[in-house]
Amino acid sequence: MKQIEIEVLRYHPETDQAPRYQSYEVPFTDDMSVLQGLQYIKDRLDGSLTFRWSCRMAICGSCGQMVNGVLKLGCETFLRDYHPGKIRVEPLSHFPIVRDLAIDQGDFLKKLESVKPYLIPRETPKGTHLQTPQQMDEYYQYSKCINCQLCYAACPQYGLNDKFTGPAAIALLHRYNADSRDGGKAERMQVLNAEDGVWGCTLVGYCSEVCPKEVDPARAVNQNKINSTKDYFLRFFRK
Amino acid sequence: MQVVQADVVVIGAGGAGLRAAIAAAERDPRLRVALVSKVLPMRSHTVAAEGGAAGVTRGEDSLEHHFNDTVSGGDWLCDQDAVEYFVRHCTGELVQLENWGCPWSRQPDGRVNTRFFGGMSVQRTWFAADRSGFHILHTLFQTSLKYPSIKRYDEFFCAELLVDDGSVRGVLCICVATGEFVFMEAKSVVLATGGAGRVYRQNTNAGTVTGDGMGLAFRAGAPLRDMEFMQWHPTCLPGTGILMTEACRGEGATLVNKDGYRYLQDYGLGPLDPWPRAKAMELGPRDRLSQAFWHESRKGRTVATPQGPAVHLDLRHLGAKKIHERLPLITEAAKTFAGVDAIKQPIPVCPAVHYTMGGVHTNVRCETPLRGLYAAGECASVGIHGANRLGSNSLVEIVVFGKVAGESAAEHARSPVLKAVDLRKMAEQSEKSLTALLRNETGERLAVLRDEMRDSMEEGVGIYREARTIGATCAKLAELRGRYRRGVKLDDRSRAFNTEWLTTIELGFMLEVAEAMAHGALERRESRGAHMRIDFEARDDAGFLKHTLARHGGEGAPRIEHQPVTITKSQPKVRHYGGTGKQAVLS
Repeated sequence: MKQIEIEVLRYHPETDQAPRYQSYEVPFTDDMSVLQGLQYIKDRLDGSLTFRWSCRMAICGSCGQMVNGVLKLGCETFLRDYHPGKIRVEPLSHFPIVRDLAIDQGDFLKKLESVKPYLIPRETPKGTHLQTPQQMDEYYQYSKCINCQLCYAACPQYGLNDKFTGPAAIALLHRYNADSRDGGKAERMQVLNAEDGVWGCTLVGYCSEVCPKEVDPARAVNQNKINSTKDYFLRFFRK
Repeated sequence: MQVVQADVVVIGAGGAGLRAAIAAAERDPRLRVALVSKVLPMRSHTVAAEGGAAGVTRGEDSLEHHFNDTVSGGDWLCDQDAVEYFVRHCTGELVQLENWGCPWSRQPDGRVNTRFFGGMSVQRTWFAADRSGFHILHTLFQTSLKYPSIKRYDEFFCAELLVDDGSVRGVLCICVATGEFVFMEAKSVVLATGGAGRVYRQNTNAGTVTGDGMGLAFRAGAPLRDMEFMQWHPTCLPGTGILMTEACRGEGATLVNKDGYRYLQDYGLGPLDPWPRAKAMELGPRDRLSQAFWHESRKGRTVATPQGPAVHLDLRHLGAKKIHERLPLITEAAKTFAGVDAIKQPIPVCPAVHYTMGGVHTNVRCETPLRGLYAAGECASVGIHGANRLGSNSLVEIVVFGKVAGESAAEHARSPVLKAVDLRKMAEQSEKSLTALLRNETGERLAVLRDEMRDSMEEGVGIYREARTIGATCAKLAELRGRYRRGVKLDDRSRAFNTEWLTTIELGFMLEVAEAMAHGALERRESRGAHMRIDFEARDDAGFLKHTLARHGGEGAPRIEHQPVTITKSQPKVRHYGGTGKQAVLS
């Protein structure tokens, strides 16, 4: 069986002053993912290695990692693509580490909650709303976000200033604003217009590049720069 | 030990748990609702459900049809009062999800679209492409943020139910990040922890699906019901078990063996029509399709793959446009995980463990036999699935009965407080035994015990089983429980984010839940639905038209008892699939 060296960032809050790296030799077959490599280590070599995982089919968003410096979901990244080189697995950048590959998700959750990510209905319909496939197309791609946080780890602005609302949360905000059933745009504009709303973005676009689900948060952010500008000028007319 | 006071504690934040929390919050905003989950809500396994959710909407459909499909699909082991309640409330709950923003796929005129599903006589499955569970889960999670009375405890692992004199009084949790214990005192507790598919090796389930809630309730004295009925989904990727949704077949995909032959016609599912027929061929129920695969494999007519025998799921004739529109997720998954382009090649598939039909016994109000304890969703056995669940009934079950459980729990939480007992002392006792797991100086590796359990379940309690193989698995599970008690030796003795420790606690639940499955299977000396006995080939209504109840036997095997099935209007008949179905007009 082929072998690959997996080097993992380790950090334990009770015993470590600073992160360190530890290497493991892992036998693998061509169908094995980076996640399965980590599971092999945990099962057979070192039960203390800590990482999150769940669905192993790229839909739950648990296993975002840096693999050789590139943002990936561990479950859909394959060991064969790195062999015979080695693999270095690190936690998502820009987040505090809780332990090893597990990062603190608290700030991300607060950002999601801040954008009022639920339907604020225009009207209460009898039965279901009507919504044509064309109307769905306006927001559907933004509803596919799996909350894996790769885009926050990719965002240089979030790295500099964690007050920035950030790509996934703004994409989610846009998902509801662009939904024909929703009437909550005015409430959400306050988040967008704030200094740390859309204007925190400097248009690097790496968030969309790393997104494993083609949500394209950069497009949502920039669409809303236009919306925010319109909202700003319209306020003068309303006065 | 930190102590938290709540009125309603909900364990599990997948579809059922979120719906229960919302229902409790809506019933009475003054109630303190604690929503506890060992993972973030959007990581819950609801996220991986693909095909859709059943609700009667079309003119040619009726509640009667949905009832009859469900009861015959369950081989008459369903509690018909529960099925009647269920079918009456499905559509309302799916409309509620729509009103909360769920992006159900639409018809050109803007109305919600529906698709065919296995064992359903009419097109009644609401879907959101093939990400139905994902969208339901995210809609519910995001909607739950509107309710200030819901306090989430994300990444808190529930390790024990605290019960006094037949009433649940709270739960003991471990904060994953710190490893600290939190005692949550509560008047009502809702279990919404999902299934137990991870007791098998090849399964479609997320790593979290370890039967925790079933294990918690079982130990606390609530019986598990009908645990021998495990569903194999017929179309999964060999090896990983990753699900290729039944919606593929609902949209018209076919299944062929190594000779390109549509083999289902040999197993009572034909005739082979030039058009799709409801409840026939590839639109048959899951138990029948998985059993047909087993026979094909024994006849040597399956395709050999490095990960084991397979048949071919062929979507090619649907065309690229329809495949991309209706089945984008599985197209991506087939590409990533099997290296197959579904537009140009058939996908190799085989059965894998998918759904736990049994669970914690509840009545139609989601009450368990323990006062104040409720259960909903896959962890529960409310009685709607019987011996075989129909696809798209469980995604709607989580909202129909999640709501009921939340409302029942809220009502109960408003009743007078029970007598004072020293709950803290009980909690400290449990804490001691749980932390002892960290200190074993000798013992085996966790993965060794886990793998032996999984292999033995596959071997002994598979698609077809018989007394000899089941008996061997029962003995193996007893041996594994003994070895578990003697000690699992952990590499990790620390407290913060110790997933090895938590996985060990999960394994404890799994071994006991697996025992309930195996002993239930041994005692049911008939074949019904998903429980196929080689040594008792026929259904035996005189002997076994009854539920299995497994009661915890301490360190020993569970005690198996029985309970009558509630029949209101449909007397047991022969299950008919194949030629009796009407022509299906695919939209």
